[in-house]
Amino acid sequence: MHNFDFVKPSSVAEAVAALANEDALPLSGGQTLIPSMKARLNAPETLVSLTGIDELKGVCVDGGSLVIGAATTHATVAAEAASHFPGLAALAGQIGDPAVRNRGTLGGSLANNDPSACYPAAALGTGATVVTNTREIAADDYFQGMFTTALEEGEIITSVRFPIAEKSAYAKFLQPASRFALTGVFVAKYASGVRVAVTGASENGVFRWAEAEAALSQDFSADAIADLKCSPDEMISDLHGTPEYRAHLVGVMTRRAVAAAR
Amino acid sequence: MSQVKMKVNGREVSAATEGRTLLSSYLRDLLGLTGTHVGCDTSQCGACVVLVDGKAVKSCTAFAADLEGAEVTTVEGMANPDGSLGRIQQAFQDYHGLQCGFCTPGMVMSTAALLAENPKPSEEEVRHYLEGNICRCTGYQNIVRAVMAASGQDAGALAAE
Ligand SMILES: Cc1cc2nc3c(=O)[nH]c(=O)nc-3n(C[C@H](O)[C@H](O)[C@H](O)COP(=O)(O)OP(=O)(O)OC[C@H]3O[C@@H](n4cnc5c(N)ncnc54)[C@H](O)[C@@H]3O)c2cc1C
Ligand code: FES
Ligand code: FES
Repeated sequence: MHNFDFVKPSSVAEAVAALANEDALPLSGGQTLIPSMKARLNAPETLVSLTGIDELKGVCVDGGSLVIGAATTHATVAAEAASHFPGLAALAGQIGDPAVRNRGTLGGSLANNDPSACYPAAALGTGATVVTNTREIAADDYFQGMFTTALEEGEIITSVRFPIAEKSAYAKFLQPASRFALTGVFVAKYASGVRVAVTGASENGVFRWAEAEAALSQDFSADAIADLKCSPDEMISDLHGTPEYRAHLVGVMTRRAVAAAR
Repeated sequence: MSQVKMKVNGREVSAATEGRTLLSSYLRDLLGLTGTHVGCDTSQCGACVVLVDGKAVKSCTAFAADLEGAEVTTVEGMANPDGSLGRIQQAFQDYHGLQCGFCTPGMVMSTAALLAENPKPSEEEVRHYLEGNICRCTGYQNIVRAVMAASGQDAGALAAE
């Protein structure tokens, strides 16, 4: 790995100032960035650690939403969100393995927007708001295709507001070698309707399955979507599955998530 | 280069590191604690797991400079004060929870983290918790037995057999 200057500020303002240097990158849990730096896919001149910034950490209820700091680890969300938002906590508890969950963070996951990552499904499936150092971005505008987001250079996620669902669940079909989702579906039921977000399937990254949302908003039961099929167009094709297989899994995982929702 | 201080296995240590110095190389190359193994160096295998402030962490996937002031426990810290094998290590020996031994430091440290959180895990919980620790030799059965024994439970029949 190329060497770099390491800085560890204790406030968001200092971090943003350090990131003004164009070859600087933020480091959160490092569970994605460190492997990619080893592979020389990234070679920042300055790495700005966010792990020493207390204002970026924590889980709290604010009105009808659960607000989670960007540098909060998956393990902390799994433990601390469990009583407020069990579907979201269970998703965090299924990411990777215990050691990955002890370092990896919400902000890192959403900034990276891996097409098979779990958190993007929760953010889009709850209609979350991504809060950065400069603005608030609705999840519907935030995800812009595989590894692509609305974030500008030097902009950091500070927290995410997840509207708490009446019922929700994440159904993940595990790709056991990578531990990511081969296909995963987050389903959330609100007074205003049902949202269904799919990860691991599309070449365009996480997406909402509109037909399932419409059917489930009428009748929130697995039977309501028993015959509904998701199109395999633009789905990922790799050695783990064909587009048709992934499209089939979208239906299966959506029905499992609805049946498991609490 | 900057000096990074930590407390490793109860001892205050300090070593000159670069930004890119990983915790695994801080432990192995700078402190000479070669019990922590680097299996894949790509965050996949878990051989390098150590405890950082009591939590299991892949030491190949954390920078030493980010862990200034942390309390780290490695497999060397698992032995009894007289140098004999600690409870978890002894169970791995008694139940043949290793063959080549390359994965063992990570297995022992993940087991320590598991038993601190959950002193009497079920077999399923053991398998689930160790999912990030890969072993090329044993087929896992004896590892699960060793963990059950280390937690003071019956290590006899396993459901998966
Ligand atoms: C073995 C293994 C299994 C995994 N399994 C899964 C899984 O099942 N599901 C899943 O979803 N993920 C999985 N992951 C990925 C894991 O969840 C990562 O933690 C996550 O993708 C990145 O978070 P991080 O905090 O480690 O970020 P980092 O690696 O520190 O950063 C990732 C990227 O985000 C940027 N960044 C970090 N924080 C911010 C911020 N606050 N604002 C703006 N940009 C920021 C960084 O500059 C970098 O480009 C796995 C990883 C490993 C190693
Ligand atoms: S060496 Fe760290 S996970 Fe394999
Ligand atoms: S004993 Fe050889 S890898 Fe586990």
